Amino acid sequence: MDYGLALILLAAIVAAVVLNPLKTRGEPERVELLRIEELEAAKEAKYREIRDAELDRGMGKLSQEDWRAVDRELRAEAIEILQELDRLEGRRPG
Amino acid sequence: MAGVGSACLAIALLTALYATVASVVGARSGRPEWVTSGRRAIYCLAGLCVAAFAILESAFLRSDFSYALVAQGSSTDTPTFYKITALWATQDGSLLLWATLLSLFSTTVLFLTRRSLRDIAPWATAVLGVVAAFFLLLMVGWENPFDTLARAPQEGAGLNPLLRHPAMMIHPPMLYTGYVGFSVPFAFAIGALITRHTGADWIRATRRFTLIAWTFLGTGIMLGALWSYTELGWGGYWAWDPVENASLMPWLVGTAFLHSIMVQEKRGMLKVWNVSLICATFALALLGTFLVRSGILNSIHAFGASTIGVQMLVFIGCVVALSAGLIVARLPDLRSDARLDSLLSREAFFLLNNLVLVGLCLVIMWGTFFPLISEAITGTEASVGPPWFNRLTTPIAIVLVLLTGIGPVLAWRRVTVSAMRRILLVPVLVACGALVLLLALTDASQSIPSLLMFTFVAFVLSVVGQEFVRGASARRVMTGESWPRALARLIGRNRRRYGGFLVHAGIAVLFLGVAASSAFLQQRDVRLSPGQTVKVGDYKISYDRPTARLGGDAGGTGAAIALGAVMRVSRGGETYTLHPSRNYYATADPSKGPISRFFEGDANSEVAIRWGLRRDFWLAVRPDLTSFNEAIARADRKFADSPPQVQAIVIRTLTELYRQKAPPAAFRAIVSPLVTWIWIGGAIAVFGALLAAWPSPEARLRRVRSLYAARLGRELSRA
Repeated sequence: MDYGLALILLAAIVAAVVLNPLKTRGEPERVELLRIEELEAAKEAKYREIRDAELDRGMGKLSQEDWRAVDRELRAEAIEILQELDRLEGRRPG
Repeated sequence: MAGVGSACLAIALLTALYATVASVVGARSGRPEWVTSGRRAIYCLAGLCVAAFAILESAFLRSDFSYALVAQGSSTDTPTFYKITALWATQDGSLLLWATLLSLFSTTVLFLTRRSLRDIAPWATAVLGVVAAFFLLLMVGWENPFDTLARAPQEGAGLNPLLRHPAMMIHPPMLYTGYVGFSVPFAFAIGALITRHTGADWIRATRRFTLIAWTFLGTGIMLGALWSYTELGWGGYWAWDPVENASLMPWLVGTAFLHSIMVQEKRGMLKVWNVSLICATFALALLGTFLVRSGILNSIHAFGASTIGVQMLVFIGCVVALSAGLIVARLPDLRSDARLDSLLSREAFFLLNNLVLVGLCLVIMWGTFFPLISEAITGTEASVGPPWFNRLTTPIAIVLVLLTGIGPVLAWRRVTVSAMRRILLVPVLVACGALVLLLALTDASQSIPSLLMFTFVAFVLSVVGQEFVRGASARRVMTGESWPRALARLIGRNRRRYGGFLVHAGIAVLFLGVAASSAFLQQRDVRLSPGQTVKVGDYKISYDRPTARLGGDAGGTGAAIALGAVMRVSRGGETYTLHPSRNYYATADPSKGPISRFFEGDANSEVAIRWGLRRDFWLAVRPDLTSFNEAIARADRKFADSPPQVQAIVIRTLTELYRQKAPPAAFRAIVSPLVTWIWIGGAIAVFGALLAAWPSPEARLRRVRSLYAARLGRELSRA
């Protein structure tokens, strides 16, 4: 008896919670939104890399010359990310 | 309530299956309402599992022996702490623990990623749903923890005495949290492969879960070692037992994964390697669960024969086959974005460290499964044993410690030889100094592997120290802050980096303890009568007097009888007293008499340890009751029908007799140098890992981001 009653009650509660979102039809995800999320994450990672390289230079792990080369490369990559982000978000650079 | 518990499991199974189907429908059709519905199903799954877990815990706490599991794993005289933890000492209970932890982990990660990774997350939900459904199916179909008995017994069988140890009761949830935690990055890796979204996003979203899983698994392994050292009565902490190895293997591969994902994050390289590593880690975590419960390999840690071995093996097989198939199918999407610039770079050394870690795992796997392999080939089961493991793993461990020091000090992409010389000069000098001191002042040269290990540990510690000093110094130059402030800010703003350094320091310290305690251990097994004295190394041990205690053992484990010894130990001018004992637990075995059941049930050692930073003195006693057997048998016959109060008086008399006229007892004494540093090193590593996993305050991150954004913006406008 316990089992049967609990089964019905629990099934009803779970069904109410789980099926509720299906009542309204959501908008399909835009491909651009997914790309923006991806770029935001990539941007943060690139900034972290730039900071790491600066710290490495400060600690003498990277020579001034090496750091300049690495930093230039990283910043170029970061700029590419920012440009694409701006394009997708319809912003002008600046 | 057992019916409600069973209903929770049945509905949880259906909910997990629904989560899978809804998420796949949502992902394929691009309809977010189905994705939300699938995610909500996982939230409900967590609620149902927690409810089932609470019902079962309540049955253990009430000693409700109508539950078969409670009758099998607990008793009225089991202390409350062990009643709570007895749940996961049983197979059915540990499956419920697995499912509950998985549902909680899944809920957390899906909640945190509800607005990100919108293409990968639905597939990850589906994978997590499948894994949860498998464990729930095992319970609903074969091992229902809510099975009841037609007639509840008056008393339960009680918890296995070996498990009545605080470390042992926290150890399984720690291991399981580790195993379960790896299912999160695994699920997202599969999602990334299915969607061909193979960048570093899934890694960034799940990195903390991986680190937490790694930390819990490592802590679980450490607690298992501590239990072995303090409870099993043989004096060691690691025996290369199949179940110990089964937990170490996913930890090693998980360690490799944690390093190589940094290479993918930074350079877009090692994509195939990373998805392969996380699939292997998850498969090894399942294998670990399987080995503990299956009894397929003889182990002191395997606490139950399994009825679910075949199902587990089939599931592991499916995980391996489907993951491998998916990786092969997605090879074109897993091409590296960059090439290795130089062999003198952090990524090159991380790759090397990965190969060493995976190699170590393969060696351990070969040794662990050798009994099965030899039986399949020759028909005879043969085991390789600890010397084989020690011989093969020691050189690999030495190389690993060296790499632990070199890898993180190198910069990404490339390091010039002159920069490398500058970075490594001080650590190399420190290591050489340590080597000279060890040769001149200690007998470390008696063990070359240990000597090398000590030298490399000194190297790693100086590398880590130098990193903190140079980092703080660089920050001081940039900001003009004071030393303590610069150091605190440096660590606070680079938690991942400096947490990682602390982990490396902790692992090095741990290896220092392992090398010293395994190479320079002194052990002696002796039989002593009260009043006798013996020497072990510099220690003089005197058997002062025997002890006998009825109920209320020192460890609070609920033992009926504890027989032990008061031992006087002296070394140099220092003298102290130790109280080793052996606990005897009453058995419910009907073939035993009313008195002998108290002496002939399970027994285990309560080891006495004098902990020290330089060395531990470890002592265990095994009383010899042979001369009491006849008296116990006579009491069995004479007092078979007596009331319990009279039987209690007889038992008291017998224990008192032991106290007054104890026969010689067997003692094992061990002097173990630096062994405490294993636990200290483990604690440092755990602290470092938690520091690395701790999220940075959002406000700080935003400020830093805006500074860089402005700077880049300025450069962009100039371009």
